[in-house]
Amino acid sequence: MPGGGPAVEVDGLIRKFGEVEAVRGIGLTVAPGEIFGFLGPNGAGKSTTINMLCTLLKPTAGTARVAGYDVVAERDSVRRNIGLVFQDPTLDGYLSGEQNLRFHAELYGVPRNVTADRIRQVLEMVGLWDRRADLVQTYSGGMKRRLEIARGLLHSPRVLFLDEPTVGLDPQTRSSIWDYIRQLKDAEEITIFMTTHYMDEAEFCDRIAIMDSGRIVALDTPEALKAGVGEDRVRIQTADDEAAIAALRDRFGLEAGMSEGAVAFSVASGEAFVPRLFAELDVPIRSVSVSRPSLDDVFMSFTGSTIRDAEAGSTDRMRMAMRAARR
Amino acid sequence: MTSSTRAGSPGAAVPVADVVRVRVPEPGLRQDVRAVKIVLHRELIRFWRDKLRMVSGLVQPVLWLLVMGTGLSNLMASGGAHGNIDLKTFIFPGVCAMSVMFTAMFSAGSIVWDREFGFLREMLVAPVSRSSIVIGKCIGGALVATLQGAVIVALAGLAGVPYDPVLILELLGLMFLGAFALTGFGVMMAARIKQMQSFFGLMQMAMMPMMFLSGALYPLNGLPAWLTVLTRFNPLTYAVDPLRQAVFSHLDLTPALRRTFDPGVTWNGWVVPVWLEILIVLGMGVGLMGIAIIEFRHSD
Repeated sequence: MPGGGPAVEVDGLIRKFGEVEAVRGIGLTVAPGEIFGFLGPNGAGKSTTINMLCTLLKPTAGTARVAGYDVVAERDSVRRNIGLVFQDPTLDGYLSGEQNLRFHAELYGVPRNVTADRIRQVLEMVGLWDRRADLVQTYSGGMKRRLEIARGLLHSPRVLFLDEPTVGLDPQTRSSIWDYIRQLKDAEEITIFMTTHYMDEAEFCDRIAIMDSGRIVALDTPEALKAGVGEDRVRIQTADDEAAIAALRDRFGLEAGMSEGAVAFSVASGEAFVPRLFAELDVPIRSVSVSRPSLDDVFMSFTGSTIRDAEAGSTDRMRMAMRAARR
Repeated sequence: MTSSTRAGSPGAAVPVADVVRVRVPEPGLRQDVRAVKIVLHRELIRFWRDKLRMVSGLVQPVLWLLVMGTGLSNLMASGGAHGNIDLKTFIFPGVCAMSVMFTAMFSAGSIVWDREFGFLREMLVAPVSRSSIVIGKCIGGALVATLQGAVIVALAGLAGVPYDPVLILELLGLMFLGAFALTGFGVMMAARIKQMQSFFGLMQMAMMPMMFLSGALYPLNGLPAWLTVLTRFNPLTYAVDPLRQAVFSHLDLTPALRRTFDPGVTWNGWVVPVWLEILIVLGMGVGLMGIAIIEFRHSD
């Protein structure tokens, strides 16, 4: 990387599809070696952004540099230094796994004397070495995705872009893909830039940008984002919910409400509050649960809706943007 | 089998000790040549794997040659008494051209297929010039079509065409050239057409008239003026005629018979020489491929 600068550097990036503004001026910097997560509902502009960073889409305005190269002016240099794993599969099912990788190696000009070793290495890393001679059309969905990750790594890119790498996979396969990604970070000097709309996966990232309607609404480490939301969530089940809510208001000054059949409220430090609750609340308590804020709560606090609700609203926008992107 | 199922299950990650680091070289002619070669190689692998396609590609030419050729031969034999030529022999070069044509189109159509299945994206995002991908596809398609044509050439004996090594080489070379031009045409269309059905619909529409107007199935002399003009504007005419001339020059015929059945292509009475026909086909192929390259450069 020239000068050892940031792996990804984005400033004022805008992309319009006709009238629709899919990305509305975003800026971010990703350090080398980071796992950077792009979180947001479908249609928030994540894929559009990643496509611009991968030189597949020209920005309407603003600049972006990847691995030190400008995505518009130095397109081929960017392409040589990035690996791509798309949402949709891009494998040839009529070739074997190894042939798919060999095709990639030749296309990217991987030196012949290291091709065989490198192919073996990436295939072993994703656990597909024994299946290398089988046609890709016989692979399961998870195996295909792993093969794509192996292929994205084949030419030792500086930045690996993963667009929804685990979408549509079963939980077990998802967690194994994450094992590979973390292992990858240890084995290779690589920056990982990924999008996801699974909250639980975002926690694996070093830093997260939350995107909503084409804007970055928050950008920090998962811990800091959660701390920013602050309070713990306490839920209790009682013999008399009405009385409990009244007592919480009068005695503790807490605004409690009913949620999914339980009394729920927020306090700064949940674990410390529970003993007081038992001592001072005169309504019998049947059960208690305390939860730290999740990224779901973070998303909610920044966008005012859960990721699922946001998705339902933006489906139409996404469809329009996708249609425009395919053109 | 047990080992493969275990490897296929998730969580079988193996820790990596020494990382083989790869330096991707600067772009240059060498990279582009490698890209051409691998795109071409993929065409061959896929053709070789798909034996069914090879066999089904044989059905139509064999029908023309054996069934139509034999059936219509009776008609001809009853007409002329002063020595005649087997219709099978006459249409043999035409059948070669047809078979090559269909295979070439099919190969070009695989670009549309690749787009639908996403593999085209893998090729288009690579740090190589788009022209190398198009050139690889065109040469690969032409090579595959020539291989299919070689199977037809192997049937030459059935049509009364001698197995002369020189003739076989001539036929293969000419078929490659024609296939190259047709793949160029197909790839150019495939750059714009995004759906498989539309592509093959359109190809069918273009190919049938091209075949009927090419002289593959009847001699091009003594036709009504309108038909003469149409056949002269048909590029396939200039791909079929050299094939026929090659076959007929290896037959033992009277000059009169040769003039009737192998009259060559004339422009207003002037017989177009074979070298010019070859040049026309070659120019057509390079030109169409050039358009395809421009189209792929502008698509993203």
